[in-house]
Amino acid sequence: MELTSTVFTAKAIYVGVIFAITLGVAAYSTYFERIFAAFFQDRVGPDRAGPFGILQPLADAVKMFMKEDFIPANSSKWLFILGPCLSMFTALMTSAVIPFGDTIDLGNGVKFDLQGIDVNIGILWVFGIVSLGVYGILVGGWASNNKYSLLGAIRAASQNISYELAMGLSIISILMMTGSLSTKAIVEAQQNGHWNILYQPVGFILFIICAFAECNRTPFDLPECETELIGGYHTEYSSMKLGFYLFAEYINMFVSGAVMATLYFGGYDYPFYETVVNSFGENVANLIGFGALIGKALFFVFVFMWVRWTLPRFRYDQLMNLGWTGLIPIAMFNVVWTGLIILLPAEFNLSSWASIGVAIAGIPVLIVGLFIYHSIAGGKKKKTALAR
Amino acid sequence: MQFWYFLTALTLISALMVVLSKNPIHSVLYLVFTFFCISGHYVLLNAQFLMAVNIIVYAGAIMVLFLFVIMMLDLRRNSPDSKTNLTKLAGAVVGGTVLVIFIAATRKINLGTGADNAFYNSQTGMVENLGQILYRNYLLPFELVSILFFVAMVGAVMLGKREAGERNF
Repeated sequence: MELTSTVFTAKAIYVGVIFAITLGVAAYSTYFERIFAAFFQDRVGPDRAGPFGILQPLADAVKMFMKEDFIPANSSKWLFILGPCLSMFTALMTSAVIPFGDTIDLGNGVKFDLQGIDVNIGILWVFGIVSLGVYGILVGGWASNNKYSLLGAIRAASQNISYELAMGLSIISILMMTGSLSTKAIVEAQQNGHWNILYQPVGFILFIICAFAECNRTPFDLPECETELIGGYHTEYSSMKLGFYLFAEYINMFVSGAVMATLYFGGYDYPFYETVVNSFGENVANLIGFGALIGKALFFVFVFMWVRWTLPRFRYDQLMNLGWTGLIPIAMFNVVWTGLIILLPAEFNLSSWASIGVAIAGIPVLIVGLFIYHSIAGGKKKKTALAR
Repeated sequence: MQFWYFLTALTLISALMVVLSKNPIHSVLYLVFTFFCISGHYVLLNAQFLMAVNIIVYAGAIMVLFLFVIMMLDLRRNSPDSKTNLTKLAGAVVGGTVLVIFIAATRKINLGTGADNAFYNSQTGMVENLGQILYRNYLLPFELVSILFFVAMVGAVMLGKREAGERNF
């Protein structure tokens, strides 16, 4: 009884901490987004609220709450309210299975996992929630009873479904490397520097492109493309309902950063772990691991912003072409090549350096293959164009 | 056990709402909710993999496409005009027949008295065991199903493909 209640309290505190970190990071992402935008465009950025403008997120929140909460007359009211709720809900649910750290000793021999739940289908849970994320946009966009909102919603739906396929295939290569669906097992297989990025460079690039598309970030933010669709799916939204849509996007960025760190960058693994354990004890070492994962996730949030203020938006047909004819064939090649990465060193009793070598050799093979394919298919396309 | 009753009641109510609600969009959303309740049943049976796959495939992909297509339709113009006496009569006959068939089929089922401990294994629904069974005992049917899906996919692509010189709309 005693042990159960300790673990239960610790779990409740842990969930509260993760919730607070997620919301805090999301709130301050809006601030840093503007700071980086200002830096990339050689401007000053927000500097009015507080020193260096660090109270800007608070000011924004107050502004959002004070605005008039408007529901269009001919909209379907409940679905209009449900849209932003679903967006927030799905954005917050994913972090339940991410292992933010190793175990912590609470005394009396109670070991506590720094992870919400360790289900044996962890990565499928993430994938399932990501695929549900589109409902918030779809429902909100339809309920607004505005053709621009509807177009934005429809774009979001088709984009998410298209990029989910490539994302699923790149996750399959990760599963082949680890042999388990549990996120904890995936991280444990990467300890001591055996990060999956070394074995799966192509898979990581595919995954990060798909993550951009799933989060509706530039260069894939067609659902809210203001030059074509006014505001996209949130045209009719005002006040905190709009705030929740925007907030959900920043939460998604942080959580997908944490997922990428978990799958490809060793999760809570960091160099000199053994030294820290020997000199400060296991609890301190594992808390540093917790910090390491948050740091890696924040780095990916930075990459999201970096790309947003560097690249222009795709055209919609380019986006669909890239998803279906670009990423999916490359992801299938990656699955086959992962088989080679696993089998060749195992067959000839080579070290893990050999697998890294095979993995890196995959990149030139892929490029040459793509080049040959394009010179054949491109020639055909030109011929049919001439025939017309 | 109480939770099972709650979940089942929720499943049945939302499944009924799929049929009863007037707006097709509401029907689709209730159907999504029904899939969630069914996934909850899978969790209660300790079949987490089926739960995740049910959510990914049905709620996450197929229902999004349903919603996608229904949103494209003009709902006001396409209001169903199928309430003649003949269709009502036909519906009653078909529904009654199906009810009788179900009752006849389930009347003699022995529901047993709870779980049989001799054969009970809490790990049955886990993905490892499911994979072992699918790829060892049922390999041929599994591969045949994948060929069936492939053929269906090729068929769909052929139907959707534009011929040269054909009008787009």
